[in-house]
Amino acid sequence: MIKFEQVSKTYPGGQQALRQVSFHIPPGEMAFLTGHSGAGKSTLLKLISIMERPTVGRVLINGHDLGKIKNRQVPYIRRDIGMIFQSHQLLMDKTAFDNVALPLVIEGYSRRDITRKVHAALDLVGLADKINSLPITLSGGEQQRVGIARAIVNKPPILLADEPTGNLDPKLSMEIINLFEKLNQAGVSVLIATHDLGLIARMRYRTLTLRNGQMITDGLVEDWRGDSE
Amino acid sequence: MSILFTGRSSQGASQQKISSLQKVLMFFVDHVRQALASLGELWRAPADSMLTIAVLGLAITLPSTLYVLVKNTEQISSGWEQAAEISLFLRQDLPAGDIQQLIRRINAWPEVEQVVHITAEQGLKDFQQRSGMGDALKYLNKNPLPDVLLVMPTARHTGPTAAALLLDKLRNEREVEFGKLDIDWLNRLHAAVEMAHDLVLMIALLLFMAVVVIIGNTIRLNILNKRSEIQIMKLVGATDAFIQRPFLYTGFWYGLLGGLSAWFAVMLLLWWAESSIASLTELYAHDFNLTGLQGNELLTMLGLSIGLGLVGSMLSVYRHVKDIEPQ
Repeated sequence: MIKFEQVSKTYPGGQQALRQVSFHIPPGEMAFLTGHSGAGKSTLLKLISIMERPTVGRVLINGHDLGKIKNRQVPYIRRDIGMIFQSHQLLMDKTAFDNVALPLVIEGYSRRDITRKVHAALDLVGLADKINSLPITLSGGEQQRVGIARAIVNKPPILLADEPTGNLDPKLSMEIINLFEKLNQAGVSVLIATHDLGLIARMRYRTLTLRNGQMITDGLVEDWRGDSE
Repeated sequence: MSILFTGRSSQGASQQKISSLQKVLMFFVDHVRQALASLGELWRAPADSMLTIAVLGLAITLPSTLYVLVKNTEQISSGWEQAAEISLFLRQDLPAGDIQQLIRRINAWPEVEQVVHITAEQGLKDFQQRSGMGDALKYLNKNPLPDVLLVMPTARHTGPTAAALLLDKLRNEREVEFGKLDIDWLNRLHAAVEMAHDLVLMIALLLFMAVVVIIGNTIRLNILNKRSEIQIMKLVGATDAFIQRPFLYTGFWYGLLGGLSAWFAVMLLLWWAESSIASLTELYAHDFNLTGLQGNELLTMLGLSIGLGLVGSMLSVYRHVKDIEPQ
């Protein structure tokens, strides 16, 4: 589903964020991406959503080379990828409903379909009663869940999450991860970038570890623990 | 529509039900919705939008008012042009028969409406009466005045150039000593009106450019204010066109409202000036009505200001929306 082939990324100014990274996440898999701050996690996610382009190498989604995607096609690529951010990236002057409806409005759904799908998405994340609340009146965990509802409202086959549990306590983090598991069981490929090692330790999922832009481990969490201990 | 996943759009059961007719319908519904949303945003910040609209209104009012003034001046002067009349002074000592023949000949020309013959004796008598020299003229042993023909051109030949051509033709007649057409003042008037025309055009062009720049800058500030909103929209897959649309509608509304306020201002100015102009024209005993902006002139003005609004917003939208990318 997501495939990196010898991908390197050097930012203007010479900072090398990724060095010859290769991996493959098959359809329907859930994986963690970890590493210290500055290890290249965010860059890797940005290459998938074409917020950045690789300097060398190829990124493929579902067999399509993203290098061949023209800039004006990028919006259509992003409609296939649900993205979740640590900073939520919500419209602060719009209600939860309007925030979640945004991807559907952009795609030109009818008002009736939008209402139905938004209700379903907010139901799934457990915020059915906060539908008309402004993000500012919601707690951090609730804002994050509005962001997740927005990412999944048009049922994308890929879900990327950049530090989705960054500001949350362990209990809330677990709830969010359980939500991702539920989506993964419905067939969505999920890639979660996090440095919350405790969280990863409690799960049994494939974990990709980056250090200074290089992929140092790729495997089940148990193997990774064995390596480091 | 998915590039990466063929057939993804048909996975959802609801999407299959969208017919092409419904899509076209939704396109227009979306446009109306966005147009109204843009108007709503102007409404929510009334002080800012009123200021911008007032500046636009004034910028369009000035050329519009000048245009109305030039148009009315042209209307008056077109009334004066009808008076063009050519005086032909004939050679002295012509036999009366030749003069009658000349009159008949000129009368037959298609350019000539009417010929009036003022004989030398008649001329002297008029001169005696008007000049007040009275008896003094009796001491002349010979009438020094020539016979004069007054030639009125037909309506189609009263213009300065046509009348000058006719004058040249008349001068070529053997019996004519010299001819005179008092068109200098007419030429001057025409030149002045022409210059006023150009002046209005130049002022209009300058102010229209100002309108484009003002709207462009206002929209640019709008875009920068919504930077984070635009970034979020791009993150969830909005095309540039989708993001640009509300700003283009804002430009449209600025243009329309600016044009309407200019129309209102022109009406106000004309209403104010009407009485003073009426008293001036009364002195010249002219039957004259001040005409304002008529139907299609008004439509042209509104269309122009809407066009300027759109151009202004396009200029900044195409540049700035592209530049804002999610970080």
